[in-house]
Amino acid sequence: MSLDRRDFLKLGAAGAALSLFPGCATTSGSEIVKKTGQRVVIVGGGFGGATAAKYIRMWSNNQIEVVLIERNATFISCPMSNTVLGGTRTISDLTRSYDTLQKKHGVKLVHGEVTGINPQNQTVRLADGYVSYDRLIVAPGIDFMFDKIEGLNAKVAEESIPHAWKAGAQTVMLRKQLEAMPDGGVFVMSVPKAPYRCPPGPYERACQVAFYLKNHKPKSKVLILDANPDVTAKKGLFTAAWKELYPGMVEYRGNAEVTKVDVARKIAKTEFDDVKADVLNIIPPMKAGAVANMAGLVNVGGRWCGVDFLTYESKVHYNIHVVGDAISAPQPKAGHMANSQAKICAAAVVELMQGRKPDPNPSAANTCYSMVNGTEAVHVAIVLRYDAAKQAMVVAEGSGVSDKRSELEGVLAGHWLNNILDDVLM
Amino acid sequence: MKMIKQKMFVIACAAGLALSMTSAHADVDKRARNMASSCGVCHGTNGHSSGGMPVLAGMDKGQFVTAMKEFKSGARPATVMHRHAKGYNDQEFEMMAGFFAAQK
Repeated sequence: MSLDRRDFLKLGAAGAALSLFPGCATTSGSEIVKKTGQRVVIVGGGFGGATAAKYIRMWSNNQIEVVLIERNATFISCPMSNTVLGGTRTISDLTRSYDTLQKKHGVKLVHGEVTGINPQNQTVRLADGYVSYDRLIVAPGIDFMFDKIEGLNAKVAEESIPHAWKAGAQTVMLRKQLEAMPDGGVFVMSVPKAPYRCPPGPYERACQVAFYLKNHKPKSKVLILDANPDVTAKKGLFTAAWKELYPGMVEYRGNAEVTKVDVARKIAKTEFDDVKADVLNIIPPMKAGAVANMAGLVNVGGRWCGVDFLTYESKVHYNIHVVGDAISAPQPKAGHMANSQAKICAAAVVELMQGRKPDPNPSAANTCYSMVNGTEAVHVAIVLRYDAAKQAMVVAEGSGVSDKRSELEGVLAGHWLNNILDDVLM
Repeated sequence: MKMIKQKMFVIACAAGLALSMTSAHADVDKRARNMASSCGVCHGTNGHSSGGMPVLAGMDKGQFVTAMKEFKSGARPATVMHRHAKGYNDQEFEMMAGFFAAQK
């Protein structure tokens, strides 16, 4: 590892020489946060990035400097945000501050939008300068492929046909649209082809919308247009919930990929049908967040980032790691999963930067609760172990889903949320 | 070539004996810490639950191991813990138990 440090020092010296020439603009402006020692820069403060920030500080005994770059002022949890639609939570219940990461753990937070990454100079560029790194962790979450659905774009999503697949303003807007919908109206939602963020999320959403409508507008309908051939997660549990809790209200159509929308008339078009909605919720196909493209980290199917599962180091760039929904992996794209990956990555980054070898046998877990009404939940729980022969995380024996929905699991889902948010941010 | 490699290996071992004993111990501790960090999602960072889920920090080692073995066998009723317990072996239960018992 001393070699790497020497290399870094050499690069640093070369960089210093280059920066004398104003034409080399990649490090134009000034260092935004004065570098005090070995430094990790993390781009993206969601479940993956914020967890990595906290755990690198903790596990290096605060020896490694961590700069976390995040564009949003606060953290809003996507997990459980469907309950805002159902009405049992508000978006402020899901909003947390980054203060403790800074005050308790000494993470240096930079609020800003990353405009470029230079893997050669090891710098991350923002509008008002740059931040240099020894190692970089990119945790950009997902972006939407609006171009896959004719008529849809980011502006339409913000103004009238929300995806509400990043918790925040669109979640609140979708709730308001439901409140304004007449009794007897039709809520139409689309599900993109897998892989997408939060496999059970769309089906939980259908439950939460039905829960609201059952109590306030019982003549209304929920129609799910799924691009996948069948329900992709917790199938038996969701279909039972639709049938038993919301009889006659929820209709599911598989192999119904929405390819076009008529924005003004709120019509979703599939290969077979034009479906008129009163409230239309199109969840577009997804890809790694844009920051991943800035360093050319997207190398799987033009959408996702390939990584080494012992360290989460990119398959494209030495010294750059990727965690969370942006990576290509057989595991679900989910907050708990991102938290688990971030811990493996954090442990490996500390070992590598301090000249030791990363844990050759990492393990991880994922527990995912879905609320099917105001009080009851179902889970899927998996343990993942590293398989050296496959060079991948493999699901351990015993992993699986709830036998049936229950209020006990509904209570545990609330505890899960509070504990994971504390584990990420406190 | 093989002889040379073996000799080098012996020398390396002799030289590094004291060091490797310490680092082997550190590796075990870190494995325990890393595995236990999985529990932290629901049971709080280092087992300091913020509520609802049992606090694991400072838990008696035997109590932790017994609970995990019973979750694994099905002797102890569970919603999700039987699934998590099946992902680990007895030695790993001991390692995690040791980690949590040492948390203040």
